Amino acid sequence: MKPAILEARNLAISFGGLKAVADVSLTVAAGSLTALIGPNGAGKSTLFAMISGFLAPDAGTVHFDGRLLSGLPPYAICRLGLARTFQIVQPFAAQTVRENIAVGSHLHEPRRRQALALADAVAERLGLAGELDKPAGSLTTAGRKRLELARALATRPRLLLLDEVLAGLNPQEVAGMIPVIRGICDEGVTVLMIEHVMQAVMNLAEDIWVLANGCLIAHGGPQQVTRDGAVIEAYLGKGMAARLAALDEPDAPGAPGKSDGAAHD
Amino acid sequence: MRELALIVAVLAAFLCAPWLTDSGVVLNFLIMVLFATLLGQAWNILGGYGGQFSFGHAAFFGTGAYAMAVLQTVFAVNPWLALPLAILCGVLVALVIGVLSFRYGLRGSYFALVTLAFAEVLRILANTFDFTGAGVGLQLPLREAAGNMQFADKTGYLYLVLSFVAFGLMLSWWLRHSRYGAWLSAVRDNEASALALGIDALRVKLAAIMLSAALMAAAGAFYLQYFHYIDPHIAYGPAISIEALVGAIVGGLGSVFGPLLGALVLHLLGEATRNLMGDLPGISLVVYGVVLVLIVMFIPRGLSGLFGRRA
Ligand SMILES: Nc1ncnc2c1ncn2[C@@H]1O[C@H](COP(=O)(O)OP(=O)(O)OP(=O)(O)O)[C@@H](O)[C@H]1O
Ligand SMILES: [Mg+2]
Repeated sequence: MKPAILEARNLAISFGGLKAVADVSLTVAAGSLTALIGPNGAGKSTLFAMISGFLAPDAGTVHFDGRLLSGLPPYAICRLGLARTFQIVQPFAAQTVRENIAVGSHLHEPRRRQALALADAVAERLGLAGELDKPAGSLTTAGRKRLELARALATRPRLLLLDEVLAGLNPQEVAGMIPVIRGICDEGVTVLMIEHVMQAVMNLAEDIWVLANGCLIAHGGPQQVTRDGAVIEAYLGKGMAARLAALDEPDAPGAPGKSDGAAHD
Repeated sequence: MRELALIVAVLAAFLCAPWLTDSGVVLNFLIMVLFATLLGQAWNILGGYGGQFSFGHAAFFGTGAYAMAVLQTVFAVNPWLALPLAILCGVLVALVIGVLSFRYGLRGSYFALVTLAFAEVLRILANTFDFTGAGVGLQLPLREAAGNMQFADKTGYLYLVLSFVAFGLMLSWWLRHSRYGAWLSAVRDNEASALALGIDALRVKLAAIMLSAALMAAAGAFYLQYFHYIDPHIAYGPAISIEALVGAIVGGLGSVFGPLLGALVLHLLGEATRNLMGDLPGISLVVYGVVLVLIVMFIPRGLSGLFGRRA
């Protein structure tokens, strides 16, 4: 196995009485396209927030490229090469798409003109070239998701955390984004994506972690995870794994049913 | 580049004014417009570009004015040397207020109230201590000489305040065309996103409040040289804070020429009401209030918004 670029150990956090994440340890191999899936409220976004420095965990550590991130503020983590997107998109609404992306490219480019030119190039890659002069607030959901990804990408990260960048997109738009995400990974950026759209997860991810109720319940390749009894139960309810197994004997595709159950958002 | 040309043209127009008129009234009007412009420019950096609304910019203004006065009257420092020191004092006050409020994540009305409280505390302190002249204030001895930053005619003062405004215009322009300006707008529009994109929001905000205070303190120093007098109420009272924020908002937040437009319109209206109604105390604040409400209701982007995007 390739060396881990990200290693979370025993992360835990509670909000009041609610244990949102309990003792989660996971690794992401350098250069991989890894997915983090799980039912609504499983704690996926909270896990991202702890990794990216927005939330301080109650316990546990995060190592990025062998470096301990504990206590570092979010901007410092980004400067190390770990960028994230937000599930609820956070554009600079009054600024144009170009200006939005340029904020990202300014991380490594102090000159204004060059940063704007870099923003144009990133926008081109993500199919935002036609929207460069529009205010970010006027974009459609799909456009805003692309912008969220474009800005993060413009910081030239080595690890990109994507929080449901495909949510709210129609199937055609999803199909359009899949090669974009694969392209990012092919250029050497490691990607860890939270995703409910199973079509994309099955298509893209080589490695999947499954979180439910704040705990990791499964880990493996796409085929392995979709057959996992615990995963089926987490998505469809207790006893479902046994009933499904009884229903379609040896190797019938159980996956589509599960993906439907998870695609709602 | 069109903006730069316009900046040069505006400055040239003010530069030529003394050749076109030697009316003391007109020159005084222009000086007061430029003075108000400077206040608006200062407030615009933190409030307009940075999105942090302060109600207490008098804290920096008063500190600039008092530092200028104390350095000259108590320590016999030449005013040209005292000026950068006075600006530095204003910047230090800004650093203290900035660290205390931004570190603890104060924003919106909490930040506004904290700045207001700081200005009030400074007003009370100025009212108390002997070296600031307590309630009586400080008088600058008359010694007219350019070397003493006291000019025989209004042209000298016009050029002095014009040079500050020129600096303010360039600073505003730079904020629109630099990485720091992009960071500041990013922090204003969405702090979480800014942090996620590698921006140290705290430092960006601290730099903004310090830049803003530098212009404000320069305005305070100018006020002292022009009127030869400062007292706690003028220096730290709410009137200056209000003039700064109203001018900036009326002119258009985050715009290069907004503060100048705002100051011009407000002072023209002020003159008009004074001619119509005489010198009623507080009438200018009423005018400001009415104009502010009308602008916020009908042209929320401010006067400069009428001339295109963030003119
Ligand atoms: N700041 C917070 N304060 C209190 N509770 C929170 C906070 N953030 C998250 N939670 C709770 O923690 C749990 C996990 O939330 P989280 O957003 O991480 O889930 P998720 O796996 O991302 O779900 P989804 O798929 O719906 O995005 C939820 O029950 C949520 O209500
Ligand atoms: Mg989530």
